Order: sequence, then structure tokens, then C-alpha cells
Amino acid sequence: MSEEVARSQATQDQSQDVPTPSGQAMIEVDPTETTPRGGRSGGDGGGTGNAVTNLLKSGAGRNLGLVIALVLLCIVGVATAGDRFASTANVLTILRLAAVIGVVSIGMTFVITGGGIDLSVGAMVALASVWATTLATQQLATDYHWILMVSTALLVGAACGLVNGLLVAYGKIVPFIATLAMLAAARGLAEILSDRKTQIITVNSFVDFFGGSLVGIPVLVWMFVLVAAAGWVLLNRTTFGRRTFAVGGNAEAARLAGIKVQRHTVALYVLTGLCCGIAAVMLMARTTTGSSTHGGLYELDAIAAVVIGGTLLSGGRGTIVGTVFGVLIFTTLNNVFTLNNLSISAQSVAKGLIIVIAVLLQQRLAARAP
Amino acid sequence: MSVRSARVLLTAGLAGLSSMALIACTSNTPEAEKTNDNATQAVAAGGNDEPGKKVKIGFSAPAADHGWMGAITKATQAEAKKYSDVELIVAEGTNDVNLQISQVETFINDKVDAIVLLPFDGAALTPVATKAMEAGITVVNVDREFDSTFAARTTVLGDNKGMGVSAGTYICKEMKGKKDAVIAEIAGIDSLPLTQARSAGFKEALADCGLKVSNRVAAEFTVESGEKAAANLLQAAPKIDAIWNHDDDQGVGVMAAIKNSGRKEFFVVGGAGSANVMRDIKAGNSLLKATVIYPSTQGADGVKLARLLVQKKALGDLVEVEVPRTVQLYAPVVTKDNVDQYLPTAFES
Repeated sequence: MSEEVARSQATQDQSQDVPTPSGQAMIEVDPTETTPRGGRSGGDGGGTGNAVTNLLKSGAGRNLGLVIALVLLCIVGVATAGDRFASTANVLTILRLAAVIGVVSIGMTFVITGGGIDLSVGAMVALASVWATTLATQQLATDYHWILMVSTALLVGAACGLVNGLLVAYGKIVPFIATLAMLAAARGLAEILSDRKTQIITVNSFVDFFGGSLVGIPVLVWMFVLVAAAGWVLLNRTTFGRRTFAVGGNAEAARLAGIKVQRHTVALYVLTGLCCGIAAVMLMARTTTGSSTHGGLYELDAIAAVVIGGTLLSGGRGTIVGTVFGVLIFTTLNNVFTLNNLSISAQSVAKGLIIVIAVLLQQRLAARAP
Repeated sequence: MSVRSARVLLTAGLAGLSSMALIACTSNTPEAEKTNDNATQAVAAGGNDEPGKKVKIGFSAPAADHGWMGAITKATQAEAKKYSDVELIVAEGTNDVNLQISQVETFINDKVDAIVLLPFDGAALTPVATKAMEAGITVVNVDREFDSTFAARTTVLGDNKGMGVSAGTYICKEMKGKKDAVIAEIAGIDSLPLTQARSAGFKEALADCGLKVSNRVAAEFTVESGEKAAANLLQAAPKIDAIWNHDDDQGVGVMAAIKNSGRKEFFVVGGAGSANVMRDIKAGNSLLKATVIYPSTQGADGVKLARLLVQKKALGDLVEVEVPRTVQLYAPVVTKDNVDQYLPTAFES
């Protein structure tokens, strides 16, 4: 009985919460907890299911599922490859691989949480990497400082993101289509700029800085950690993040609540573009080249990581921690396959299965929440 | 039995039958391939082939999305199997440089003795190859060159410029001095230096007899891209005298596009030397008149050289005791006259 009362009260609270963009909305859309009904009534145990299911339904629980999956993968890795898998060098290899796609996925989390999608991330990485390694840019970097290459990549990424955002927010074009167009255009522009040749980086200071390591951990991994931390803070502890959830959850209600939805949408896409710029810098450092062939199919990897991390594709709920786990799961899977001499084709099938299983589990757990 | 359960049974029965039929259709090894494996093992073994110290070799190549690349990987694995002292670890199948770099990093962590690497992009994989060399691992570069001499101990490649020159020379000969012949070129992945080298050689050889490339398109070594590029080319040029297609795998698509267009006023020269094309040349009933070989044995040669390097042996038949820095394989032109000589070692698309 009491649970039903609590539930209806929570529902009432919800409907009263929506119009006010104040702290009350915070409770309603807090991503680290499930729908308030499920989490709040967790105390009543007996009616809605046992403690384990309730734990799994909560935010920490969802991540727990991902952690378990990751641990399972690690166990398989250790079982099949022993200390080739468990060594520090191997862990660093996994992290270095995860770093580039991880940064892209963090940007993608914001866009998807805000109710959109961005298919052009791979092409933006390519364009940013090409633009930042043209002879002109490299000459400037040699004359002044390598940071100019970094700023070029970031600017190009942000500019592409801006175009995406404007098309989606003001042009009212469906995100799928707008970013699809950017996917083709950015890749084409990258090919034109580079004349389809690979551009080699001759600015040694750039390569040396990003190729180095701090306290034994590569700079690239630090960059991933920093971007992830900044993303988490932005999404969960700032008004910007709150607004993102509101816009993704119900754009019309957010607009009525006084949120400038269009401007916010543009900001989200610019943020994604910026993340692509950062990823481009990391890829440039890792390969010492800029090329129009970089970033192929990154959008699929990013979306897969974001989705299995627990972010809803329809928007309104998102988690940076989940995305990070998603990226780690896929890269660890890749590593285990490589260590065991297994074909990459089998791995792709496994990847598809993992995505399906993860989403089905999330749906079932969410459906069980009353 | 009720209508409903009958329907359920019928659906289940149909589903079961179709899945059985599908599963029965997955077998994919042709008879010829099985006998070929036996044939390749009967190769004469020289003194260098005597088993020596155990060698652990890591092999990485891009995705086998076309027959030539698939042949490279298969030949490499077959070669490694012939030696009892070679353990080959294969990590192939990606066109993503980020992923290929991490594959090589895994080899480094594994402390392999040698790495045979066909990079998706030579420049992009140069840093990690240099890292491997610095870690004491012998790196053998195959086909797509790194851009630093410190990144590999030995490079095995085909003669890309020579390929273009051979193709251009053959076309020059066939044109018999016709002055404004329309020559078209269908290249492979344009961002690769090897494609640029082939085109440069082709242009040079044509310039020698006063001809030039009138139309040029680029595909991606895959059948689908070849078909697309060729279809566009045929639209762009209403009359062509000769086409040089860089690669016979994309050539399958190219020939399909040509057939669909119904045009016959030109002849086609291929590249890489697939068995399909050689059979067509031999039969003499298609527009394909010749092809230039780009050996798909480079990976296998890489493994052989890596083994010699790690066991500190010399390359037989050479006086010099060290294995050469670069081994550039020859690019012969295959026509109807000499096709029988090359058909046995050609790769299947």
C-alpha cells in the first residue's frame, strides 16, 4: 500500500517538477538514479522484487552490470593469455587504443543525451587531422609553437559541429540527415585539402609532447581521462548538463521551461565537434600523420559504446561513466581477440552480439521499474 | 489440432527447414584449393631451410577486402606452416590505423622476435614500427613503405613504378603510333604512395611515345568500387582506346561495368595478376589483353626473410652475408604468349 502512495506522490511531484527549471527538476532527471519511482520505492523490498534487482535498477547498478561484463572479459583474457594480458604494458595498450575512440564517444554521449545523433564524427576527425597537418599549418607551427596545430584541429572540429548544430536546431533538419550530409561533405573536403595524400607531421615538438608519458602513463591516456572527467562534471554537475537532460527528455517542455533549446542544441553539436578535434590531435600524435582516411567508421564504434553504456538513444538519459565502460569493453574485447590470434571477423560478430545483449538487458531492467 | 497450433507448427517447421538449408550452404572451400595446399608443400628446401632456433613472428595486414590482400595473408600463413621453427601470430583484418597500431603494440608487449607488417598506411604506422625496432624486434616492411629508414630492417615490395612503366610500354606498343589515342586509367586507393608511383610510371612510359592519360578515376581495390569508378569513366569518355586498371580485384567490378555498358572499342590491361584475369587472357575472348604482375607472395617472402634475419642466416645464392635492405620484386607483363608460365602462382580473386 505504502509503495503505491509513494509512487503516486512521486508521479505528482514529477508533473509539478517539469515546468520549473530549478532544483526540483534536478531530482526528476538525475541520471545517477533510475526513474524516481523505481529508486525511491526501493525501500519496500517485498513488493517490487528483491534487493539484487533493485540494486541493478539503480544508476550504480547499471554501471555494476558493465563492470561485471568488463571483469568477465578480463577473466577470459587472463585465462586464455595469462600474464600477456595482465601486464602493465598490455593494460596501457588497451588504454591507448581506447583513448581516441573514447574521446569521440564522450562527445557523442552529450549529443545523444540531448536527443540528437551525430553520424559525422569520423569524417570530422579526418578533416581536423588533415587541416591541422597541411604544409601551411605545419609551417606556422614550426615558426611559432606546435599548439597552433592543436588549436587548428579544435577549431575545425568545432566549426563542423557548429554547422551540424545550426542545421539541426535552426534549419530543423533531422539530426540523422544533417550529420549524414556532414559525413559525406567533411570526408570529401578532407580529400580535396590533402589531395588524397597522407600528410606527414614534421613538427617534432608536437610528436614528442604527445608521444611522451607522465608518471608512466602516456599523455594520450591522460587526455582521455581529463576529457572524461570534464565531461562527467559538465553533464552531472552543471546547469548545462541539466539542460541537456531536459532538452533530450522533452524538448517542448524544456522550451516552455525557459531553456533556449535551439542554442543549447547548437552548443551540444559544437561540443561533439570539439571532442572530434581532440581525437584528431590524439590520432595525429599516434600516427604522426594527418589523412583523409582517418576515423573510418568511428561513428558506429562511438554509438555502440554510448548505447551499451546505458545512454538512451531517444535522449533524456545519459552517463559518461557508462560510455567509458562501453569503450573499455570493446577495446578489451579487441585485445583479448588479438592476444588469442582470433579473426577480426569473429570479433565483429561478437561485438554485434554484445550490443544486442546489452540493450536487451537494459530494456528489461528498465521495463521492470514500476 | 486447433488452427492456431497447426499454424505454429507450420511456422516452426518452415523456420527449422530454412535454417537447416542455410547451414548446409555455408561450406565454402573449393576442391581445387584443397589440392593446391598439397602442391605448395612440395617445394625444394635449401640449406637455409634447415630448422634452427625458434622464431616467433607477428604478422599484421589490412582487411582482406580484396583477393590480393587475402592471398597475401593466406600465402604468409602457408609459408610459416612449412617451417617447424616458426610460430606465426596473425593479427589482421583492419583498415583502421589506430587499431593496427595497437595490434603491433601487442606484438611488442609479447616480445616477438620479428614483425612482418603490411601497414594500411606506411606513414601512419612508422612510429610504432620504429618503436618495435628500438625494442630489439626485427621489423620487415611489406608492400606499403614506411617513411623512415629506422622503422624496418628489410623492406619487401613490388615494383610499383615499374608496373606503371610496363603497362604504359605495352599500351604504347599496341597503339602502334596512333597519335591522339584516348588512354584511360583506373587507379586504386589514391592516398597510398604506391598508387601515386604506379600512375607516375604509367604517365612516363606513355609520354615516351607521345601519348597521355586522358581520363583517370580512382577506386579502392574492391570489386564494388571498381564497378562504380569504371561506370563513371565510361560515361565520361564516349570513346576510349585503351584502359589500364591498376588492380585485377577491382577489375572484376570494372569488367562488369564494361559489360553492362556494352562497349567494345578498347582493350583493357590489368594489374596485380589474378588467376581470373590470366584465364581470360588465355581464353582470348574478353577485352583483357594483358596484365602486369604485382606479387601476392610478398608477405610469405617477408616471413622467410624475417626468419633468416632472426636466425642470423644469409640470403642464399648471394655472396653478401647480410640479408638485403630492400627486396624489390619484378613486375613482368603477362600476355597470351607467356600466361601459362604465371598461371600456377596466380591468386584467386
